[in-house]
Amino acid sequence: MEIEDILKVENLCCKYQAENGEVEALKNIGFSIKKGEIVGIIGPSGCGKSTLLSIIAGLEKKTSGSVIVAGQEVSGVNSAVGYMMQNDNLLEWRNIYRNVLLGLEIRKECTEENREYAKRLLEEYGLGEFCDKYPSQLSGGMRQRVALIRTLATRPEILLLDEAFSALDYQTRLKVSQDVWEILKREGVTAVMVTHDIPEAISLSDRVMVLTPRPARIKNIHTVDMTEPPMKRRNDSRFSGYFNLLWEEIN
Amino acid sequence: MNGISRERAEYLKEKRRQKNTITLLRIGILAVLLVLWEFFSNIGVIDDFVMSSPSRILKTLFNVGNNNLFTHIGITCLETLAGFLLGSGIGICVAIVLWWNKTVYLVSEPYLVVLNSLPKIALGPVIIIWVGAGQQAIIVMALAISLVVTVLEVLNGYAATDRKKIRMAKSFGADKKTIFTKIVFPSNLTTIFNSLKISIGLSLVGVIAGEFLVSKGGLGYLIVYGGQVFKMDLVMASVFVLALMALLMYKGVVFAEKIILGILSPGK
Repeated sequence: MEIEDILKVENLCCKYQAENGEVEALKNIGFSIKKGEIVGIIGPSGCGKSTLLSIIAGLEKKTSGSVIVAGQEVSGVNSAVGYMMQNDNLLEWRNIYRNVLLGLEIRKECTEENREYAKRLLEEYGLGEFCDKYPSQLSGGMRQRVALIRTLATRPEILLLDEAFSALDYQTRLKVSQDVWEILKREGVTAVMVTHDIPEAISLSDRVMVLTPRPARIKNIHTVDMTEPPMKRRNDSRFSGYFNLLWEEIN
Repeated sequence: MNGISRERAEYLKEKRRQKNTITLLRIGILAVLLVLWEFFSNIGVIDDFVMSSPSRILKTLFNVGNNNLFTHIGITCLETLAGFLLGSGIGICVAIVLWWNKTVYLVSEPYLVVLNSLPKIALGPVIIIWVGAGQQAIIVMALAISLVVTVLEVLNGYAATDRKKIRMAKSFGADKKTIFTKIVFPSNLTTIFNSLKISIGLSLVGVIAGEFLVSKGGLGYLIVYGGQVFKMDLVMASVFVLALMALLMYKGVVFAEKIILGILSPGK
């Protein structure tokens, strides 16, 4: 059953040095995530949620402990992990299609087959006709979907979403998170999602992990007993129950 | 006019009228100044031996056969282009090195600041002794003047590249070279062209200063020569040509920017 765990974090600690002292960001974090699961991480602001994702993505160094993605210890950026940020970071001098190919180009995996796959994703998720357009011609929600496809095109085993929707306005955000949830479920992508938005965490995740203030430890992990799409979940009678529970824990 | 509302048509007309007024005023001011200059020197209020006059400048300009004006223009033009291309090329490359290696940058920073503030013309005699009193000295002077500014300007641009875009590239495993070619350089095309616009003007300054010091040809030489033999018509005509040349070179860079950005950065 070990193989089922796409991501396994054990005893993870992280301290980093700043000019005015040492900051202990994470303390003894341990959890594991199964294939196809979407896990939300919430916690008080500045608690180290993003640091945790950066370490899993290989962008920052851990102090001790272990992070295993798809059976391999993380020791730098690796192709099993896809990472998405708050900003879409599309390059305005490239058209949409070439933006989507950027990740593949950087990884030197820009094969015919992968290009076809990227194109298929664009078409499947309603962006096919925008291939030749430039980012400035797209709405915020569309841009964020392009950014997601740019990451998915590299076929990551696990997707990390770092406040990926928080730069969008509220309506777009609801719509994009619905779209993204559908894409993730359909493509069977495993995802870890950091957010400060409790309803967003409940509506998208299979499990929600609550972190304590810095240094962050795991306070609790809740299983969200709902399987319907995000917008439906928000109308579910259990929704407010989860909200109150998480709200209590986070404060 | 179908499909345009009356208000829209009026708005466009007003815009056009404003633009025409500005153009007219720009040309008008020059015309009035020239006419006044000519008029006052004709009635003897100003001495056209000292001040020259538009008609005398024109006569000098048309008398190209006698004073080899075109040869001099060609010399200055080539020297400026050589200094400009060398200064900008080396400057952009040095900026890459400094961006690449932070230690090198931090160590060289105070030197760059001093070199930037130092009037490069003060190096004139040194340059002449080092590279010889000829065109090479003039080109080195133009290079010296445009180089440091280009380095600082372009490096600032590189350093100000959107951190989040670099992080995005890193998340795909990009190494430093890939980050530079795919993110930093394309992000800074506008910055680079802005520095080229500054450096073409500075190169011209360097060339004229160099020609004052050493040359036997070029517009700078003509100006110095004209001054020494008190031919103010020649001095004024050279300055006039120089102004025109500066404008054309600047416009050349703007044109190149338009073409190159159109190819490399079509989304903007």
